[in-house]
Amino acid sequence: MTTTASDSFIRSELIQPAPPPANLVGPWGWARANLFSSPLQIVLTLFGAYIAYKLIWTFVDFTIIRAVWTGADRDACLDEKVGRSVGACWPFIWAKFGQFMYGFYPVEHRWRVNLTYIVALALLLPLLIPSVPRKALNAILFFGVFPILAFILLHGGSIINPWLSVIAWLGTVAAFGLLIVHFVGLSEKALNQTAYGAIALAMVVGGAVAWRVLGLGGMEVLAVAVLFGTIAALAIGAMENRPLDVWLVGGGIAAFGAFVAFALVRLGVFNAPALPVIETRQWGGLLVTLVVATTGIVAALPIGVALALGRRSKMPIIRFLSVGMIELVRGVPLITVLFFATYMLPLFLERSPDAMLRVLVGVSLFSGAYMAETIRGGLQAIPKGQFEGAMALGLNYPRMMGLIVMPQALKLVIPGIVNAFIGLFKDTTLVSIVAIFDLLGGLRAGFTDPQWASPVTLYTGFAFAGIIYFAFCYFMSRYSIFVEKRLNTGRRR
Amino acid sequence: MTDGTLPARGDVAPKVAFFNDPKVRSLIFQALALALLIFVIYTAISNAVTNLTNQRIAAGFGFLDQTAGFGISQTLIPWAESMSYGRAFVIGLLNTLLVAVVGIFLATILGFVVGVARLSPNWVISKIAYWYVEIIRNLPLLFQILFWYLAVLAAMPAPRNSYSLFGLFFANQRGITAPRPVFEAGAIWIGAALVLGIVAAFVVRSWAYRRQAETGEQFPVVPTMWGIIIGLPVLAYLATGMPISFNYAEQGRFNLTGGMTIIPEFVALVIALVAYTAAFIGEIVRAGIQAVSHGQTEAGRSLGLAEGRILNLIVIPQALRVIIPPLTSQYLNLAKNSSLAVGIGYPDMVSVGGTILNQTGQAIEIIAMWMGCYLTISIVTSIFMNWYNERIALVER
Repeated sequence: MTTTASDSFIRSELIQPAPPPANLVGPWGWARANLFSSPLQIVLTLFGAYIAYKLIWTFVDFTIIRAVWTGADRDACLDEKVGRSVGACWPFIWAKFGQFMYGFYPVEHRWRVNLTYIVALALLLPLLIPSVPRKALNAILFFGVFPILAFILLHGGSIINPWLSVIAWLGTVAAFGLLIVHFVGLSEKALNQTAYGAIALAMVVGGAVAWRVLGLGGMEVLAVAVLFGTIAALAIGAMENRPLDVWLVGGGIAAFGAFVAFALVRLGVFNAPALPVIETRQWGGLLVTLVVATTGIVAALPIGVALALGRRSKMPIIRFLSVGMIELVRGVPLITVLFFATYMLPLFLERSPDAMLRVLVGVSLFSGAYMAETIRGGLQAIPKGQFEGAMALGLNYPRMMGLIVMPQALKLVIPGIVNAFIGLFKDTTLVSIVAIFDLLGGLRAGFTDPQWASPVTLYTGFAFAGIIYFAFCYFMSRYSIFVEKRLNTGRRR
Repeated sequence: MTDGTLPARGDVAPKVAFFNDPKVRSLIFQALALALLIFVIYTAISNAVTNLTNQRIAAGFGFLDQTAGFGISQTLIPWAESMSYGRAFVIGLLNTLLVAVVGIFLATILGFVVGVARLSPNWVISKIAYWYVEIIRNLPLLFQILFWYLAVLAAMPAPRNSYSLFGLFFANQRGITAPRPVFEAGAIWIGAALVLGIVAAFVVRSWAYRRQAETGEQFPVVPTMWGIIIGLPVLAYLATGMPISFNYAEQGRFNLTGGMTIIPEFVALVIALVAYTAAFIGEIVRAGIQAVSHGQTEAGRSLGLAEGRILNLIVIPQALRVIIPPLTSQYLNLAKNSSLAVGIGYPDMVSVGGTILNQTGQAIEIIAMWMGCYLTISIVTSIFMNWYNERIALVER
């Protein structure tokens, strides 16, 4: 059975493929496949299209076509005064715009809020765009420096003192750390029991002097104690003719600097260059929404990292406390945590903190517990080989976590962090229940103004706030999806 | 060790300072953490004692027996203002549970509809479901509750021109009014018959499955089950002389009289919670169905199964395994989110508790009771869902 060219009943070349039937291609073909494939689908399509048309038309008609754009009071938005059926009453929004954005923040100081927004955007945008370099510096500026700046701008008071306080805290912690490192580092050498005792005694004496004689408190006491301890350690080193520990000297200088900074703040040397204080009672509107959400997420990161590490720790007590804290907070609604912060926290403290601060503590605890679970997810995604590799290189626990594991884990959970932020942004509306006026609280207050009482005021307010909330959350969720896709390409190869 | 040489074999282990020994160090850390915790708790308690003494508030749960003296707009068990704070709190708890149960039931149904609609081959339907999910998920829940409560309620007519459905159901500014069932003596038998019917239906089901596994003979399980569940109570109803009647609402000149009124706070809260949670459940359902590979459906077709059976026997059981764990956390979210009721004054646990807190100042006790109740609800729900999840989990050899 061979075929030859002379077999005239066999084609010698392929037929050109025929185009698909006309009713399967083009818009009509698409419509047939996706809209009208069966009688049921036709009914569904028509029904759905009707519903969609109704909803979209109602919205557009209300917010644009029948809307009133200018006016001085409710008369502009009443059907009988205007002579037609009125839609959205935008003059109500224009009149209340300041209140919705800033609450009762004094008008002449609103530039401070705006400046804070501008700085925040200038620091945040480069952080969010992956191709911009210097992420580490950017992150330090945004998470470390910006909060202090924002506090000074928004709250007011001395411009220099907050920086001094932060420097003093950091200096004390660093000096304390260096003293401990010295303590531990010398352990295998001749540092004998008497020396331990002497250093400890010096710290106790220093602390006691600071507390009882100078009447200082908290971190200031620690700064003095560390200073005394460092001096004692240096003196013992000199007596035993050991070479000077440069780091310890540095720690001593840091402790002394911290002490001086604390003293400057306490004595009020730099009270002079100051912005007028705007009490948090006067804050409101979108400002409060953003402050609560941002503080919540910035504070949630360290709390979340600590709790996540605690939950994976091998030490039973630490693990038990972390798990208990996480599950307790995650098992109850945010509103009970806010009630806890508002009503219970003042009972547990000597002085009742500012109402806004209490809410911020509650929100930070809440989002910290959720953040811990997000970060734990990231930690679990890091292969064991990474931990083992770090240990094989001889890194200790802080370095293993700080240099190897956490950078990878945190990168993996960026979408989770953004989603947590979206959730927190929506949850900030709850603060209005404990009498802090956020955007939604301001809106409700606006509804009660008799000058603007009209049948459409309510709907206008909801439309306005809805658009703002939706815009924020929608763009953040898009960003989260964008990062997720980007991460996936890296891992998919 | 500091000079960098390794100890020779047989040497004693190098002497390590006690705080470089991992065991000792971990003990020190834990002791420090515990000491810190005890210190914090001690300070908190001593401050609380001072503060409470200054405010003249007696710690403890004794206040629960005091007379409450405030009205509650929705009570599942009898309530009068002369009753105690403890009973008021229980009423709040029951109202929370009512919202949670009704909300979970409806949100599951709507969520599955949304999830399936998202996957519909119909472009219009899937786009509508997509935008439903996007819009609902990106608006704060409290915003939505307030919207349903204030904006929709404001559009409702006054009681005298209520919207009416067949003259049985009425909707107006004061809520939704429906016929109220009146139970007379003997009605308990109908309830007993219902329970018996449900038990019997499941007995029949397991018998039918066993028989099918042994003999291959099929039995019309679903119609039989419904027949038993509905039939038995109906029989009991007729046999006991129709002990249930309905009290119908009547349209008066200014107001409705009779019937059973569902307060608008409840309606707004349930609508908002259901709409909100359903958007999340919809996404979970979509992900679950998409996680079942298309080959499974095709294999079912090549076995000659009808489309409905493919869905029931092949796709849904596999999808449920992916769906159940995140669904559980959505149920828990709904139960916790019901606490936003306080924003519109629905008398749930938080709202009633908040009133008690304001009247008595017993912040610690009230907040502890809230947290205890919510934690219990969370734990019970997770235990139930974990049990269900284990039941439907993949049974491997």
